[in-house]
Amino acid sequence: MSNNGMTGEAKISVTNVSHDYPDPDSGGRKQVLSKVSFDVSEGEVMSIIGPSGCGKSTLMSIIAGLVMPSGGEVKVNGQIVDGPSPTRILLFQELFLFEWMTTLGNVEFALEARRVSKPDRRQKAIEILNLVGLAGFENYYPNKISGGMKQKLALARALAAEPQVLLLDEPFGALDLQTRNELEFELLNLLKFGNQTVIIVTHDIRQAIFLGDRILVMSPRPATIKKSFVVPFPHRRQEGIRLTREFNDLETLVSASIHSER
Amino acid sequence: MKARTSDHNPWGSRWRGLLSISVVIASWELLTRLSLVKSTLLPPFSSVLVTILEDTIKGPLLVDTAVSLKRVLVGYSISAFAALLMGIGSAFNRTFSDLIRPIVSFVKPIPPLAWIPLAILWFGQGDPPAYFLVGLGGFFPIFANTFLGMSLVEQGTIKVARCHGATGRLLFFKVILPQSLPSIFSGLRTGLGVAWMVVITAELVGAQSGLGYMIQVSRALLQSERVIAGMIVIGLTGYGLDRLIRWAASVSLRWRNQEGGTGDVE
Repeated sequence: MSNNGMTGEAKISVTNVSHDYPDPDSGGRKQVLSKVSFDVSEGEVMSIIGPSGCGKSTLMSIIAGLVMPSGGEVKVNGQIVDGPSPTRILLFQELFLFEWMTTLGNVEFALEARRVSKPDRRQKAIEILNLVGLAGFENYYPNKISGGMKQKLALARALAAEPQVLLLDEPFGALDLQTRNELEFELLNLLKFGNQTVIIVTHDIRQAIFLGDRILVMSPRPATIKKSFVVPFPHRRQEGIRLTREFNDLETLVSASIHSER
Repeated sequence: MKARTSDHNPWGSRWRGLLSISVVIASWELLTRLSLVKSTLLPPFSSVLVTILEDTIKGPLLVDTAVSLKRVLVGYSISAFAALLMGIGSAFNRTFSDLIRPIVSFVKPIPPLAWIPLAILWFGQGDPPAYFLVGLGGFFPIFANTFLGMSLVEQGTIKVARCHGATGRLLFFKVILPQSLPSIFSGLRTGLGVAWMVVITAELVGAQSGLGYMIQVSRALLQSERVIAGMIVIGLTGYGLDRLIRWAASVSLRWRNQEGGTGDVE
C-alpha cells in the first residue's frame, strides 16, 4: 500500500506486538497492547488513531526502541528493533526541549549526538532552524518562545538526526486550532517532500486524514488494530483538501469506526 | 507609557535598606557618645571603624581574615568535591546509595562542633582540624542537594537524548547535570554558609590564629572595639562568599532567567 511505488519488504513491520506492565491496583499485570500488527512502506505517512489512553504512546516507544514489548517484534529495514537509534526519532507529545540550551544548542545537541564535527554543527543547525522557520531565534532559550515555536524547535531537533523513521506522538496537541492548522500544513510540506517514513499517533481525526496516507484505528485498551483506511488524496497534497467532500466523508467513516463496537 | 511601579522599584528598597542601617548606626554612636552605655561593653561605632582601618593597615586583621578564609576554602573544596562525587554516585548506583545513605543519615544530625574534641585529638592544632570540621559541616547540604538534583531530572529529556544516540559523557554533561545544577548550587551555597560558621566557631574554641581566635583573645584583653571589628569583618566576609557563589550560580543558570536574544555565541 505504498504511494511512491516502493515494493518489497516493508520499512517498518510491527508483528503481533503485545505489551503489559505491573498493575499496582490489582497486583496483576495490565495489558495495554494485544497482538498489534501492521506494515509501513518507505516514505509512507501512517496515521494511528484511537481513544486516549489506549496504548498508542506505548506503541511509539516500542517502535522507537525505548520500551521492549512483552510479546511480538518490530522490524525496521528487516532488522529487529532492540534499542533506540537516531535513525528512528520519537517526537514526544510533551516535547521535552532542553530548556538549558538555546534553540541553536538544542539542534546542535542532536548533531553532536550523531558525531557531526564541531565546525559543521553550527552551520547545519542554523540551516535546520531556518527550514522550520526559526531563523533569528537562534540565541533564544525555549522558555522565551511561543508554544508554536516550541513545536517547531522540537521538530528541528528531530530532523537534525536525519531520521529514516519519524514518530510523532500527538503533534501540536496543546495548541489552538489555528496555530495547529498552520503547523500541520508546514509539517505536511516538510514530511512529504522528504523521504522519511512517518507514523503519527493522534486522537484528532482531521489531523490523521490531512497528514496520513493511511489510517489505522485502534480499539480501547488492550488495543488492537480495529480498522484500516486508505486516504484518497495524493502523497503530496494541498491545504484545500480539508474543505473537500471526500475529506469530510472519510472523517465521518473514521469517526464511526472509532465508536463502533467492533 | 508604563505605569509607575514604585513599590517594586529596586532602588526604592535599596534606599530603605540603607536608611534602616544608618538609623541603627546613628543610634549606636549617639548612645555610646552620650555615655549611656559603658564603652567596654559597647564602644562607639566610630572607634570600631578606626580599629578596622588601623588593624587592616598594620596587618593583623588581614592576616587573620586570610587564615580563616584559607581554612574555609581548603576544607570546603575538599568536601564539595567529595559530596558531589558521592551525591552523583548514590543517584546512579543503587548499591552505593544503599551502602552510603545510612551512614550519612546517622552522622548528619551530629553538629560539626561536637566533633571539635575528636578533631583536635586526631589532627592536633592549627589548620588540619579546621579543614576536617569545615569539610564535615559543608558536606551534608551539598551531598543531599546533589542527590536531590539528580533525582529531579526530567526522565523525558533522557529518553529524547537516548533516542538521538547520546550516551555516557554527552548524556551526563549536557542533559543530566544542567538540570541538577539549580539544586546543586543551592547545596553549595548552604554548605559554604555552614562552613564559614564552623570555621569561626572552631577558631573560638581551639585555634591559635584566625578571626575567631582574634575576637576571643580581644575579649580576654577587654578590647571590645576589636571584638566588634572582628565580628563585622566575619559578617562581611561571609556575605562576600555568599555573593560569590550566587554570582557563579547566576552565570551557570543563565538559561533560567535569560531575556533571550543576547548575542552570546561561543
